[in-house]
Amino acid sequence: MKPRPFDYVRADSVAEVLELLARHGEGARILAGGQSLMAMMNLRLVQPEVLIDISRIAELGEIRIVGDMLEVGATVTQARLEAWPKLEEVAPFIARAIPWVGHFQTRNRGTVCGSIAHADPSSELPLSLALLEGEVVLRSCRGERCLKAPEFQTGMLTTAREADEMITAVRFPIGVGRKGAAFREVARRHGDFAIVGIGAVVAGDGNIRLGVGGVSDRPRTITLPRADESDLQDRIERFAWELGGYDDIHASARYRRDILRRLAPRVIQEALQCNG
Amino acid sequence: MRRLEDAALLTGAGRYADDLPAPAGTLHAAIVRSPEAHARIVRIDATRALAVPGVHRVITGAEIQAISDPFLIVLKEPIDQWSLAVDRVRYVGEAVAIVLADDRYTAEDGAELVEVEYERLPAVVDPHKAIQPDAPILHERAGTNEVSSRRFVYGDPETAFALAERTVRITVDYPRSSYTPMECFVVVAEYRRASDSYDVFANFQGPFSAHPVMAKSLRVPGSKLRLRTPADSGGSFGIKLSVFPYIVLMSLASRLCGRPVNWVEDRLEHLVAANSGPNRTTTVEAAVTADGRIQALRFDNLEDYGAYLRAPMPGPLYRMQGAVTGAYDIKHVELINRVVLTNKMPAALVRGFGGPQLYLAIERLVQRIAVELDLDPLDVIRRNLIPADSFPYRTPAGALYDSGDYAKAIDKAVGEGRLEDLKRRRDEARAAGKLYGIGFATVVEPGMSNMGYLSTLVPNHVRERVGPKNGAVSMVTVNVDPVGSVSVTADVTVQGQGHQTVIAQVVAEELGLDPRDISVNLEMDTQKDQWSIAAGTYSCRFSPGTAVAAHLAAKRIREKVGRIAAKQLNVRPEEIEFAGGRVFARSNPDNGMPFARAAGTAHWSPVLLPEDDEPGLRETGIWSPPQLDPPSSKDEINTSLTYGFVFDMCGVEIDPVTMEVRVDRYISMHDAGRLLNPLIAEGQIHGAFVQGLASALYEEFVYDDAGAFLSGTFADYLVPTACEVPPIEILHIETPSPFTPLGAKGLAEGNCMSTPVCIANAIADALSIRDVPLPATPDRLNAIMSGEEPAPPPDLVEAAPEPRAAAGGQALRGRGEFQVPAPPAEVWRLLLDPENLRRVIPGCHKVEIVGENVYRAEVSLGVGPVRGRFTAHVRLSDLKTERFARLSGSLTGPLGSSEGAGDVTLEPSGDGTRIRYEYAITLAGKVAAVGSRMIERAAGMVIGQFFERLVTAVGPADAGETRPGLLQRIVGMLRRLAGGGQ
Amino acid sequence: MQRVGQNERVPVTITLNGRQVTALATSRTLLSDFLRQAVGATGTHVGCEHGVCGCCTVMIDGVAGRSCLALAVQVDGCRIDTVEGLAGEGGALNALQRAFQANHALQCGFCTPGILMSFTDLLARNPSPTEQEVREVLGGHICRCTGYAGIVAAVLQAAAEMRGEAA
Repeated sequence: MKPRPFDYVRADSVAEVLELLARHGEGARILAGGQSLMAMMNLRLVQPEVLIDISRIAELGEIRIVGDMLEVGATVTQARLEAWPKLEEVAPFIARAIPWVGHFQTRNRGTVCGSIAHADPSSELPLSLALLEGEVVLRSCRGERCLKAPEFQTGMLTTAREADEMITAVRFPIGVGRKGAAFREVARRHGDFAIVGIGAVVAGDGNIRLGVGGVSDRPRTITLPRADESDLQDRIERFAWELGGYDDIHASARYRRDILRRLAPRVIQEALQCNG
Repeated sequence: MRRLEDAALLTGAGRYADDLPAPAGTLHAAIVRSPEAHARIVRIDATRALAVPGVHRVITGAEIQAISDPFLIVLKEPIDQWSLAVDRVRYVGEAVAIVLADDRYTAEDGAELVEVEYERLPAVVDPHKAIQPDAPILHERAGTNEVSSRRFVYGDPETAFALAERTVRITVDYPRSSYTPMECFVVVAEYRRASDSYDVFANFQGPFSAHPVMAKSLRVPGSKLRLRTPADSGGSFGIKLSVFPYIVLMSLASRLCGRPVNWVEDRLEHLVAANSGPNRTTTVEAAVTADGRIQALRFDNLEDYGAYLRAPMPGPLYRMQGAVTGAYDIKHVELINRVVLTNKMPAALVRGFGGPQLYLAIERLVQRIAVELDLDPLDVIRRNLIPADSFPYRTPAGALYDSGDYAKAIDKAVGEGRLEDLKRRRDEARAAGKLYGIGFATVVEPGMSNMGYLSTLVPNHVRERVGPKNGAVSMVTVNVDPVGSVSVTADVTVQGQGHQTVIAQVVAEELGLDPRDISVNLEMDTQKDQWSIAAGTYSCRFSPGTAVAAHLAAKRIREKVGRIAAKQLNVRPEEIEFAGGRVFARSNPDNGMPFARAAGTAHWSPVLLPEDDEPGLRETGIWSPPQLDPPSSKDEINTSLTYGFVFDMCGVEIDPVTMEVRVDRYISMHDAGRLLNPLIAEGQIHGAFVQGLASALYEEFVYDDAGAFLSGTFADYLVPTACEVPPIEILHIETPSPFTPLGAKGLAEGNCMSTPVCIANAIADALSIRDVPLPATPDRLNAIMSGEEPAPPPDLVEAAPEPRAAAGGQALRGRGEFQVPAPPAEVWRLLLDPENLRRVIPGCHKVEIVGENVYRAEVSLGVGPVRGRFTAHVRLSDLKTERFARLSGSLTGPLGSSEGAGDVTLEPSGDGTRIRYEYAITLAGKVAAVGSRMIERAAGMVIGQFFERLVTAVGPADAGETRPGLLQRIVGMLRRLAGGGQ
Repeated sequence: MQRVGQNERVPVTITLNGRQVTALATSRTLLSDFLRQAVGATGTHVGCEHGVCGCCTVMIDGVAGRSCLALAVQVDGCRIDTVEGLAGEGGALNALQRAFQANHALQCGFCTPGILMSFTDLLARNPSPTEQEVREVLGGHICRCTGYAGIVAAVLQAAAEMRGEAA
């Protein structure tokens, strides 16, 4: 289990990265924390020609508030965001979800942007991005663009990032979930990829946003009117069938739908109860 | 006492197999493994691999076959296995070729480039299917997959069943799993041409009965296979027996390339091919009285050993033979033992070795007796226990249980409010609407196997012809050097049980020394050390065997040093005491000398020795207990020397939302005779408990029906972590064994046997179910408990995914239909046009026509960053012009392979064509083993893309712009089929 | 920008347990292999090479991480702490190591170095972890021998001792 040969480049600036990406395109991969990428390279599932190490680019290492958004730079580790003192106030949902990302040891090195770039449909951070309606900042020699979560993650491990683009940051709207946020995850073991991850936040208008990971090819969300709880279970039932689910060795599609049916109402209740 | 091993292990100073420097010029090996479950090897082409700078040699089965013999097996059946596959592969992961290079990285580069062409054969994974007349045969010369079948009758079960007031029957399936040591296999092998011998260093653990098997395969006498083992080993649990085929492989590789060869197994290799416990289906039936007294048992065992029967298989089926009645006083037994081969990795040693399988059957049966007769399960257990006054107790199948007081052990375990507490927890939980159950399990835990047990496998007349096999020889040597310092070598390998500490304790106690002053070297060297056929660390033989031999050797040293000292101190030898590093007269402790001086006399001053004593000071203790007789003419066999007792009880709560099982409280009572080191004993119990928990709830080697291996990483093969493990309460009583001088019994395997069934019984109680699937995953329990799923909303029926069994299910299937804006004739033309296929097949580089309607294509496929280049073979058949085509074929590449077939139906519809398709795909190789979670959906996506592009191809060039609605709808539908959604 | 071509071998310098060492690596040499094979620090073990088992955990610039998921060239100039650096003068075991011995928190010892490094990190950040916090950090490791009970007890005992409370 050793990676294939590749050229390694440690970039000192974003400009260098963009130039390398423009030159190598699909053959290049960005290495930040490496917690997903290196495992796949050791398995020889991923085989970059050029590996661009961005971990020492200082300008990518910031957690900051930009307008009404929380911006997390591309080299910020999950552990750093988890330990960021303002997290609970600024992004209470992320504060609930981030301890579920991998393990202590992988959060120490794994980055927030890296997890979102990897686009695993069961991961907690892509789910957070979708649920909170965050966005991804992509830069290339051609310029910068921002994609909303559903535009960014288009499928299983698949995103709208062009080959010459890098993620420089992700942004989450500030304060979403202050009126209530809850997250629950079902996995075979602590720290495993979720079989089902369910998040709920109470939106400003009092409606509930529900986000589900692990059931579809990417995190999916639905807005449920708070006022009308009578048909909540019906809406969730319909949502479960829309997502469909899939079978793997850990759980069947049926199990995934059942978890969604049973757990979603509880997560919604939890979100409502922690409201004020 | 604290362990002597710890200081090195806690500071990074351990000396594990891969820590030692390899000899100069060593080449590093990587193994090319089969992605196929069952296939003929058509061709192996190493040209591209050999072109990699740093790759020196690629070795295949034919070269191995020419210079070695197949491994000896226990049966006479012609089930030949070499250390590399010859002509055929029979399981995913089977070694097909070996690449030797300057370093492991380069060797892996080479291994990826070895091209192996396979012709796929039908595979059989399910043992029940494998014994059907129409099943594919794995070993044609054997003519059957059911390679052994024997029926045993002890007592008069027929009469007992005829007279039975009630009968109770249950069928249980014990799954495939292993205990995956954290350190994988390591071999360094060097062929010495001058002496035509092999010098091998490997983290092999024994039993050393495998040594003659290796030597025979290498075509050398045993003395010319020098096997050395390292000072430290990163766990074994039985698994490191299975390094032996690789010892032979690397030895042969060294001979062929003329240089030393080093191979370090990686985790992927370990999970796919190292070792598994056998899976077993048992139907067991009891003849019982109305009050639950068991009169007789009938077992039908079908045990699945995978693709080959490696020695000493089928050990698990026979290791418990004598103890098949467990802790119960049952006089009559009928037993059918059947051995079946399937296209899975070969089974071998795993801690517990037949015990977990046996007790799952017996103890589930006891629980069922209680349920069906409306009795308290603990009453049923107590009513049937072997009474304390009947030890030594001879079981009907021939075991001689040495000692025990089972009722007392159970009374103590349930006492002090423990059982009441469990019941209170259960009642409170149930009152609150929760799912809670209590389970019990009793286990008789064998220690130190009789080397003759496996000969029960063959009928008595065969045994009479080949002569008896029995006993279990243990050997330890104590050496005292000229300055009186003591070193010990023994016939066990290291793997973490603290053997050095216990041996040092035993020897030090005898010689009046401090254990820290005893150097215990457990690096085995088959050319220099004492060892016999039973050597190695397995079957809990250490405490009842090796520790005894250490005691005997130390006693001899004590007696000799005592005689030497007595002569010099002018007292009788019986007067001599050993303590505090001195030897002295008991009546006058001042009349003494240092141990070192007395011992040194044997080296420095033979003239001072008593008349009958030889000079020098080195003694070997050899011990083979007399109770280990060969099987009787009636197949009665005392399978082990000691028989400990375990009683477990637990409460589990099952989350009604997730169906996750949580062990709420667990109590484990052990009687392992005299405990040599309580700290180490408790450590063994904790470890075995978690392995038992793993078998009950988490770990399983999963294969699909076509034989693809699906649990190839530690993200798929789920070893419990600290977050999944509940605390347990360990209790002991001690009834010393009368058959071992130290009174000790084995205890390291008990919870591997008791815990899976104890938890299963608690689950059965919690859910009121009869059949508890193991591992009892939330998905499986949900499937049992949730009933029929409500139908999808009518408008979503189309999009609902095809149901498919979650584990070991059939092929990935899909279907769909859509409309294209072109007449059937045009669609048909495009489907048959290679140039168009190139454009339509996702990632296609080129398409060649190989024959009529047979194509070969080069494609790059993947999902997200996971991409690989594949060769596709596609055949179009059953053609009905403009109406129907069947596409079948395969994809092969370094990431694995896939086979599939699909039917495409065309129908005119409006001004276009209605296309319907259905497909089924199977995946094999790496993608299946490590990426089934993502790759299966990727396969669906690729098929989706194919049809998406087909639509584009038949539509106007700007179809995407002029008809976004149509395209989007189709893409969305395809994505949903692929498991996704829009 | 620093570039290491796929056929190059370049010197990589790390501060290993407080001492600077330099050895050659290729672009793809994993840190775990670099430590074991190039530097000879074999106390760090390799158990799965896909980041799950935790055997290879070391401290990289003060935080615990998997050395199988890092490249040697990536940590050039970094501080790496491994199990070999834990004991004090003359090999005296530190509080965590002593607690492991006292609580029988190891059997085969193969997973132990990685576990010690994780808790060296945790206890530096959180001197008073709860049992649940200890279990969650330990959840990033697989141990097949001990059943974890002794490890949890050892970490809690070491934490208490390091806080100056009676062990």
